[in-house]
Amino acid sequence: MITAERKPMEELIQCVKPYRSILLAGCNECVTVCAAGGRKEVGVLASALKMHFMKAGKPLEIQEITLERQCDPEYVEQLVSNIDQVDAVLSMACGCGVQEIARRFHNKPVFPALNTKFMGASERQGVWAERCQGCGDCVLGFTAGICPVSRCSKQLFNGPCGGSTNGKCEVDPSVDCAWQLIWDRLKALGLTERYEENLPAKDWRPAGGGGPRRIIREDMAS
Amino acid sequence: MKTESTLEKILASGDLAVTSECGPPRGALPQKVREKAELLRGYVDAVNVTDNQTAMVRMSSLAACIILKQMGLNPILQMVTRDRNRLAMQSDIIGAYAHGIDTMLCLSGDHPHFGDHPMAASVHDIDSIQMIQMVKDMRDEGLFQGGEKIDGPPKMFIGAAANPFADPFELRVSRLAKKMKAGVDFIQTQCIYNLDKFEKWMQGVRDRGLHEKVHILAGITPMKSVGMARYMKNKVPGMDVPDEVVKRMGGVPKDKQADEGIKICLETIERLKNVEGVRGFHLMAIEWEQKVPEIVERAGLLPRPNSVNLGAQNVRGGKP
Amino acid sequence: MKNFEPVIVAFCCHYCAYTAADMAGSMRLRYPPNVKIIRVPCLGKVDAIHIMKSLEKGADGVYVAGCLEGDCHFKNGNVRAAHRVDYLKKLLDEIGIGGERVEMFAMSAGMGERFAQTATDFTEKIRQLGPNPAKVARNENQRAAG
Repeated sequence: MITAERKPMEELIQCVKPYRSILLAGCNECVTVCAAGGRKEVGVLASALKMHFMKAGKPLEIQEITLERQCDPEYVEQLVSNIDQVDAVLSMACGCGVQEIARRFHNKPVFPALNTKFMGASERQGVWAERCQGCGDCVLGFTAGICPVSRCSKQLFNGPCGGSTNGKCEVDPSVDCAWQLIWDRLKALGLTERYEENLPAKDWRPAGGGGPRRIIREDMAS
Repeated sequence: MKTESTLEKILASGDLAVTSECGPPRGALPQKVREKAELLRGYVDAVNVTDNQTAMVRMSSLAACIILKQMGLNPILQMVTRDRNRLAMQSDIIGAYAHGIDTMLCLSGDHPHFGDHPMAASVHDIDSIQMIQMVKDMRDEGLFQGGEKIDGPPKMFIGAAANPFADPFELRVSRLAKKMKAGVDFIQTQCIYNLDKFEKWMQGVRDRGLHEKVHILAGITPMKSVGMARYMKNKVPGMDVPDEVVKRMGGVPKDKQADEGIKICLETIERLKNVEGVRGFHLMAIEWEQKVPEIVERAGLLPRPNSVNLGAQNVRGGKP
Repeated sequence: MKNFEPVIVAFCCHYCAYTAADMAGSMRLRYPPNVKIIRVPCLGKVDAIHIMKSLEKGADGVYVAGCLEGDCHFKNGNVRAAHRVDYLKKLLDEIGIGGERVEMFAMSAGMGERFAQTATDFTEKIRQLGPNPAKVARNENQRAAG
């Protein structure tokens, strides 16, 4: 999923200060899974902001809504019923959702309540870790299912570097050395001879090196 | 000969080669480069010039190499993949060769986390092994990495680093094989304190015949104090300092520790001279460059072959 | 702060704290009427929003009371509640309401006295702290408007 974390309260307070009423919009997909911007988080943030501004003597009206997704125009359209009643929108979706709301409601200020982080997976409850950076040309088949781009601190395609210590990355002892993981898995799969095949320099164009990316499905696009 | 590199000539002759390091200053101070490098004249065959070492901004390796060249010394251009994309790398490589710099070392580089700009974006457009391949193709095929012809290809003698002490150990010979496959000519190892482990690695290297395809220079760093020994043991990733070494350093009074460090260093060199496949030494006397001449002399590595240090005879009055 | 009577909401788990409250009752122990008890099957049921809404709607202090460590009928509901309380304390500090207004207490089913003492102590603590500043401001606003 796409993971995100709520911005610090101080930043959010400053952000909504100029407004009398806002629409706090959550998203039922990725940010719900990583407990950052789903229905529950919308409820807690709305309550927190309301109490803060009550105390400050400048009551803030907050409308709460959680859309199925904010990255599809059909769902963003649902905001039409609330949008005129508010001065601004505070979106608890990832960066994609915030931008889609801004695109649809051209004249309404839209702000992000979250810092979008990475594409990742759950390691265990409450812990999400980076797994994919969307490089556009997946090599997981060569590296035994561990991504050298997103999990190696130096994105080495022919690692490990000389700083690998006890299976951990030199940068942070809580981070696994991706190439140790790759090697362990190559061993488990009986593919150790693959290690000495040098992977060639990557073409970064599919990764965004050629500019903002787009996928067009000819069979589906009208 | 693949290149005009002096280091290549010395290694090809079968003599033990000696290289050392010069870390550029953290400012536009060419005089500091000259002072440091001058200490090494006549004692080493080539001098590595580091590239933003430990991810701290320093005068660029290329700029400092040019200063060394102007002094009549023989610089080795170090280049990390952390700070430059392949365009900038190739650009600097042909620029370096235009200044007569014909030997280089291809490295990944320490992570910005350790340096003075942890907020910087790392590049890592290609990794060190892909860089070796790239430089080899520039030299032997006369082609840029993108495939087009180079007008005036750089004939670089290509080096890389090897760390027999990093994890996982079982991979460390394979890594050397990968670099060899990519086209590396010579290797400088991480500094050696654990001689048993190093010899074990060399055995693995010899078993595969890699020692005949790549010139291996053993890395040597003298300990200054027991504090330094402990620091390197505990705080530096990829460094293996056995307890005996720390104990030995701590077993002498403070004012004698530096001498003990030099002693250990010389014993290491002696032992390594007898390890088949070791073709020379790379002396990294961090913040202690003035000791290099003494170490080279006491290790019996003088005189250095005549073909280097063009200005040496004038300066030293006949000493080769 | 004349005649400030704190409004306290206490979420009590059925298996321990609520039973302790019952015990306090049968022992005829006195504790302040300010404490409004809400029985939940387990403290794990209490979510952040419940505590936030309690404060938003006028409570001056909220506590959750559950089983002693290791004794939770549902394994670790009390542990989850403890983490949520810690999270909310930080959040309430950040918005200027004050993390001291939320607490977690542990007790076993037989600890009638502990229940009564906790209720008394917490009420007193909130009395000293003063009313929920959001509530104060809201009441003043309403007075000014009306």
